Amino acid sequence: MRDVAIVATAQAPSSAATTLTIPELLIPVLADLFARVEDRGVERADIDFWCHGSCDYLSGQSFSFVNAVDAIGAWPPIVESHVEADGAFALHEAWVKIQTGEADTAVVFSNGKNSTSPIEQIMALQMDPYSEAPLFPGLTAVAALQARSCLDAGVFTERDMAEVAVRSRRDALNNPFAVVRGEHDVDGLLAAPMSADPLRPHDCPPLTDGANAVMLAAGDIARRWSDRPAWIRGIDHRIDTQRLGARSLSESASAAMAAAKAGLGSIGRLDVAELHAPFTHQELILRRSMGLSGDVVINPSGGALCANPWMAAGLARIIEVADRIHSGAADRGLAHCTSGPALQQNLVAILEGE
Amino acid sequence: MAERVAVVGVGQTKHDACRADVSIAGLVREATDRALEQAGLELGDVDAIVIGKAPDTLEGVVMPELWLADALAASGKPVFRVHTAGSVGGSTAIVAAQHVMAGLHDVVLAIGFEKQSDGNAMWALSVPTPFGMPVHAGAGGYFAPHVRSYIARSGAPGHIGAMVAVKDRANALRNPLAHIHEHGLTLETALESPMLWDPIRLVETCPSSDGACAVVLASESVADRMNGPTAWVHATAMRSEPTMFAGRDQVSPRAGELCAEDLYRKAGITDPFAQIDVAEIYVPFSWFEPMWLENLGLVPRDEGWRYVEDGRTLFDGELPVNPSGGVLSSNPIGASGMIRFGEAALQVMGCAGNHQVDGARRAMGHAYGGGSQFFAMWIVASHKP
Repeated sequence: MRDVAIVATAQAPSSAATTLTIPELLIPVLADLFARVEDRGVERADIDFWCHGSCDYLSGQSFSFVNAVDAIGAWPPIVESHVEADGAFALHEAWVKIQTGEADTAVVFSNGKNSTSPIEQIMALQMDPYSEAPLFPGLTAVAALQARSCLDAGVFTERDMAEVAVRSRRDALNNPFAVVRGEHDVDGLLAAPMSADPLRPHDCPPLTDGANAVMLAAGDIARRWSDRPAWIRGIDHRIDTQRLGARSLSESASAAMAAAKAGLGSIGRLDVAELHAPFTHQELILRRSMGLSGDVVINPSGGALCANPWMAAGLARIIEVADRIHSGAADRGLAHCTSGPALQQNLVAILEGE
Repeated sequence: MAERVAVVGVGQTKHDACRADVSIAGLVREATDRALEQAGLELGDVDAIVIGKAPDTLEGVVMPELWLADALAASGKPVFRVHTAGSVGGSTAIVAAQHVMAGLHDVVLAIGFEKQSDGNAMWALSVPTPFGMPVHAGAGGYFAPHVRSYIARSGAPGHIGAMVAVKDRANALRNPLAHIHEHGLTLETALESPMLWDPIRLVETCPSSDGACAVVLASESVADRMNGPTAWVHATAMRSEPTMFAGRDQVSPRAGELCAEDLYRKAGITDPFAQIDVAEIYVPFSWFEPMWLENLGLVPRDEGWRYVEDGRTLFDGELPVNPSGGVLSSNPIGASGMIRFGEAALQVMGCAGNHQVDGARRAMGHAYGGGSQFFAMWIVASHKP
């Protein structure tokens, strides 16, 4: 495998609902991304491959990604692709492209303008269109079923879940891209009424609009473009059956497998892990399934509980780890993205600084 | 640096206006099972799956690859979703091939599908937008001005579109899987077909189809071991450009020209018209055959229509174009590009049945999408690169 690294990142300021169009959201993000490597003389023409992640239904328009081509300046024509998925999957495609040797550099970007559509109903349309989707099992309702199965099995408690929220919101105080942050105590949070039994508002992600981008480069190019590239030591994604009744909801087999295939078992000590856990109980499931030890700092950004632009939130996790490696705050980290109801599909990337 | 990759199986559904006999999953499995059968492989042999389709609004299922994981026995495997508008079937095959080229996997299944009868394409393509400018035209209304512009600048006579339609519909009669089997169409009757979007007539228009296509891509070691019909991938290329800006040539987009140049360079092709034995080109409206022949550098500019008029793209012509009947005879949108790629492979595998072109050794698959702005192409051949 070729050595590929993240050399620069950029994120849009998250907000609960922006009035910007998708190109308007993306243009400053891409400008920021290139500004970070301006002193290295990197220009758009130096980018061999572009890959975009977004979802038409969330954007409220068929072919919504087409407008995004305007935002990246695709003239003269570029080599470009799009995934109907989180930007983390677009990063995977770019990494594969670089592995073929047909590209040495890439820009990956994603947008999640979640305020455009009724997200509870939209996410219900991910499920079996003949037997389940017509019942509109909402995003939060499905997550609540998962949380309930964990609580009933005694895997963890509502207090454990609230502790995740307290830590995340506190950590988000230092994250300018968070839309929810603050100091709370567990008892205070648990005093709130449930919004979807057993979930309380603090267990659920905020509605978020966001966009972000990363620049990838192989080998010596990465060393020229960054003082401390975040090398992708392993990346893998796996899927589980979607049927909620056909898998154990209190664990994530696909997350465990993706982490193992990405090399978690052989990489040594992790400093940080950014898990795409939109619900508090999902962080607990992921930590358990991947076997992350207690000394790994989890979601120092505040995670998806504090900003969760679906389709960009997974790539944001990768950015948060890469940024800590770029700055020297961490040497090695794991980033994760989830997709589908109740942690059905999971991607894991392991990043390391030299 | 890249590993060699080969097509070892191609499967398609019977394409039709409404496949009420199968669910979306059933449609996808019909194509997948046929592709695996040709490859001599089973679902359990598949390392990873790459799925492409056009907008999710066409069926009303958001990211349907998630739900389809069960039907494809994909638990524990990578499932990857591509969406690049109409070019998606081609892009999906390319992304799948890249997983093998990168040395990541030995057997990758590429699937493209659309079940248009489950939804309403005209609604799906014209959703009132909360932001941005709606087109509200449908594909025919969108592309008719491009065709008109082509006619004006090339001086093509008005019957060229009908000639392509007669050819493609005749070719489709050789292809039992084609959606439209129209017997007895002549140039005279084609010219009497109702005008839908002047200058595009009904008979010059693609149908709305249910259908799926699957392509099994394998590493050299697996392809050699299977020792069955094989199409070696010699080159792939993709290019994109913005939808609209002042001065953009929408008749012959620069992205298409650059994509073809890159493709030929990678495949070592210097005289594409002579060196390519058969081409499956994405022609949803018949006039796009001469337009793409020019855009792809297969024929000189403004002369594509002469090649059509002289019969050089007929089934027994110098460069048979769309011997399967093309998009004009079957159009499950998300699969249409992959059908082009798969048909090109079938030709060099010698497995194209009644629409097999004699002596096909090197073939081109082409797909485009959006406002003629996304391009995906590959060259496959019967010999190793």
